[in-house]
Parts: sequence; structure tokens; C-alpha cells
Amino acid sequence: MIAVKARRATGNGFFYFAVLLIIVFSLFPFYWVLATSFENNQELSLGTRGLWPAVWTLQSYVTLFHQDNFLIPIANSALVAACTTVISLFAGVLTAYALVRLVPRARVAVLSFILATAFFPVIAMVGPLFFAYKDLDLLNNYLALIVTYLIYALPIGVWMLVSIFSQIPKDLEEAGMVDGATTRQILWRILLPLAVPGVFTAAILSFILCWNDFVFALSFMTSPDRYTAPLAIVNLGQSQYQVFYNIIDAGVVVTTIPIVVLVLLAQRRIVAGLSAGSLKG
Amino acid sequence: MATEASSGFEVLELRRPPLWWRLRSRTMAGAFLAPTIVLLLAIAGFPLAYNLFNSFRHLVLTEPGTERFVALQNYVTLVTSGQFQQPFVHTFLFTVVSVAIEFALGLGMALIMHHQFRGRGLVRAAILVPWAVPTVVSGMLWKNFFDPSSGFIDWAGAAIHLPTANLAWLNGVWTSWAVILVADAWKNTPFLALILLAGLQVIPDDLYEQGRIDGAGVLRRFWYVTMPLLKPAILVALIFRTLSSFLIFDVIYVITGGGPGNATETLSYLNWQAFLVDTDFGYGGAISVALIIVAVIIALIYMRVLRVET
Repeated sequence: MIAVKARRATGNGFFYFAVLLIIVFSLFPFYWVLATSFENNQELSLGTRGLWPAVWTLQSYVTLFHQDNFLIPIANSALVAACTTVISLFAGVLTAYALVRLVPRARVAVLSFILATAFFPVIAMVGPLFFAYKDLDLLNNYLALIVTYLIYALPIGVWMLVSIFSQIPKDLEEAGMVDGATTRQILWRILLPLAVPGVFTAAILSFILCWNDFVFALSFMTSPDRYTAPLAIVNLGQSQYQVFYNIIDAGVVVTTIPIVVLVLLAQRRIVAGLSAGSLKG
Repeated sequence: MATEASSGFEVLELRRPPLWWRLRSRTMAGAFLAPTIVLLLAIAGFPLAYNLFNSFRHLVLTEPGTERFVALQNYVTLVTSGQFQQPFVHTFLFTVVSVAIEFALGLGMALIMHHQFRGRGLVRAAILVPWAVPTVVSGMLWKNFFDPSSGFIDWAGAAIHLPTANLAWLNGVWTSWAVILVADAWKNTPFLALILLAGLQVIPDDLYEQGRIDGAGVLRRFWYVTMPLLKPAILVALIFRTLSSFLIFDVIYVITGGGPGNATETLSYLNWQAFLVDTDFGYGGAISVALIIVAVIIALIYMRVLRVET
């Protein structure tokens, strides 16, 4: 990691005003969504009358979970994101190990290929993959999303793991080799335990990126019981006469909470991982 | 060999590994690389080839039996029909404006967070959350925020007597773009800020010290010390943002659905409609090929700039 050399704040009012502005701009919309989600339908139809809702009820959450069965899309999202994350970490660890230790000469070529796929326009994948999944009878199947989401998870995973593995000194592995450990043992017993914090970060990033997908779920999942959370949100709270933002916002809150928890758990590492992934090219 | 081996300890590192070991490790490397490469070829390489192939054919799912080779017809439609030109102009302008706004804001945020102050961790956490939430969430959130009935903007505008009362933002073309821009900037500026911050943190302090001794003011130090050294980070951040801005889809789908009329349709939106609404995989394939070409051009331009300047 880079040495953090922050400069001391000059401590004037303008500076702290800017800081406050950043925090308010980032978080106030969340407050608005949260407050709206606690309004009931009658309150909502009266329009906005203040910063603080007159009534706080759980009515929209009851509707969300009972009528709209929102737990199903949440579970779908979690299942798909978790499967993709596990597959991408497994493939990513093998690839990174091969590129760092076994065939370092292939590193530039393989990493360039992986980077190129990361830049591939996601929308250009939709048509051909739709066709392929239709022929393979995989439309509306979790597998279609699990495989496709690797385009989000695998490139950044490999990129981060390569940067992590490169920082681990060879000594321990060489000691293992002298003691007669096989490559597999060296990888799983020696290298991987040392890389755990980095692998953890890659897992969180991968999970977030999969959780956030919309276009593939929209294109490949046709029945509501297979919708992921973002896709379900788009279909929430619609009626002929009114858009029920309280119910939509309840869905937004429920979908956002897992992400907030992950971000707060690993904010330092995510920031370091993002910048390592993008600056060490 | 024998003498080397007997001479001791360090030889272990110098000696080339035996042939069998090298072969074995190479085979193993192949096996280790295979899953990643095969998977990425299947989900990105295959679409590239299949789009290219389909773009020369007439292939509409709802017209079975009409598949045929049509040479460049899909591309001719693409270039000559206004159906493509308008979204192209929209997308291009949106990319330029959104990246410019987000870069300016992101650089400001990075410069602020580069200082040491109480609550720095809080700011970082606060800006990471918008970055991490699904784009659909940020779209819905801002759609609600600008809603003429239950939105904050409507209420706040009325409270300070702005003439925005009951303004249906999404009925107007410019106001629709404004909502899209705000939603996009809110979600993506933090990414730029964090990349630029990481770039700022590797600039050695001595250089600023030197500048100060030489009598350079804050602005001169920023322009002659910060900016040149920040260039790699700036380029990386701009490549990522330009590409993803150019491919904007989710926000458009959620907030405007391309409307009013088709005033906020972008290329990705057009492409998605061609594929899944019109089930026209020939024309859709041609749009995809065009998008891939533009993406490659954007990446090449930035890489060129990067190489020339460093």
C-alpha cells in the first residue's frame, strides 16, 4: 500500500462548509428515501409537506414483504451474486497464481486480454447471450446470470489478486518447496492464507458489482419469482393512478442495507483495492 | 553440476529448475489459466464474434424463416436512419457533459479529502455508499427526489419561492436530462474522487516544499506540480468514466424510459430495444459492433495521450 501523506487542513470555515456539502449531497437523498418509506399511502398522496413525515408507519414494508414478496428477489440476488463471487475467486486465485509464480512471462499478455474484456460494452453481450441461453434453455435460469456476471467479477478479481500475490515474498513458498510441498499445497496452505485480506476485498467488490446488475437480469429473467432485487424495484409500487414511492423506497432501503454494511465493513480495503486495481497497470 | 551443488547454499536459487519441473509447471499454469480464459471468451469473445456475424444478416426472432445474408444493409440503416443519429448525438453530448462535471466535482472532492481533518473517514464512507448502491437504486432515488408530488425538490423550491412548484421534470427534455445528470453524477463522482485521491497521495511532499521555496503560489503549485504528477490517475479515471458514461443504460431505463418521446434515448438503450423489444438481432448486432468500435477508439485515444505525455 502507498504511504498516506495527507496534508493538514487549513481549518477555515470554507473548508468545513465544503466537507459538509459533500456529506449532505451524498447522504441526504438516502434520508429522503428512508423517510418516504415510512409514510403510509394516504400521507404519500397528500404530497410533500415537510422534511419530517407526519406519520411513521411500517405499512409499506408490510406491503413490500407480504404483497410483493420482496424477500424472493433479495434471496435471488444474494444467491446469484454469491455463486458468481465464489466461482470468480476460485478461477481468479488460480489465474493470479499462474501469472505471478508459474508463467510470469505470460502476465502482460493475459492481463491485457482480461482488461480488454473488462472494457467490453455490457449491452453488446445481451443479444448474443440471450440467443445462446434461449437455445440452451437457460433463460429464466439462475445459471444464466451466474455465468454472465463473471464479466463484472472476474476481471477486477484477477487484477486485484495479481497485485496482492506480487506483494507476497517468495521465501515462504521456497521453504515449502524445499520441504517437499506440492504446488497445490503451496498455493492453498501457504500463499492463500497470506492473501486472505485481499481475497476478502475482492470478494466484497465482486459481490457488490453482481448485486448491482440490472441489464442482464432485465434481459434474461422473465418471471417475477426469478427477478433480482434491482429488477423487482423497477416493478414495485406501480398502479394506474399513482406511483407508490413509499413502497418503492422501502424496496430501495432493503436493497441498499446489505451494500451499506459491506461498504462500512471494508471501506478502507475497498478504497485501497480500487486504486491498486486502477493505478498499477 | 556436482561442484556447484557442493559449493553450498546459494546455488539453490541460481540453478535452473530441471526440465521435468519446468514442463510440469507450464502444464499446470495452462490448467490454472484455462478456466478464466475460457469463461471470458465465452461471455465476451463469443458475443463479439456473434454480433459481427449477425450484423450482416437479417435475423428477426418474430419473423422465423426470413434469416438471410444482407451484406451491409444493417449498417446502411444505422448510418442513414435518424433513429440512430439522434441517440448518437445524445450519448456523445451526455458523455462530454457528465464526465466534465463529474471530473470537476471529483477533483474538488479529492483535493478536500487529501487534507487531514476530523471526520475524514466519515466523508470517505459517505461518498462510498452512493458509489456502491445499484444504479437502479440511485435512479429511483433521484426520480423520487424530483417527483412533483412527493419529491424534495418540489417542496424545497416552494419553500424558497422558486417557480418550480409542481414542475413535472420528466415531461421536459432539458429537465429530464438534468435529472439524469444529477443521478449519474451522484453515483459516479465518488469513483473519480477516490482514484484521484489515490493519485494525490503518491505525490511526494518535497515537490510542494520546493515549489514553495521557489515562491510559487497555491495555483501555480497546483498547475505545475499537482496536475502533471496526477496525470496517470486522471487518465485512468477518465477512461473508466468516459466508457461507462458512453454506455449509460440503467439510469435512462429507470428514470425516463428514453422519454419524453425518445428525447433521452442513448445508444445502449437503442441497442437493448433492438435486441429485446424488436428482437432484431441483425440490426442490434450492428449497433453492438458500432458500440464496441467506439469503446476501442475511446480507449486508444486515452492510451495514446498517456504515452505521448509521459
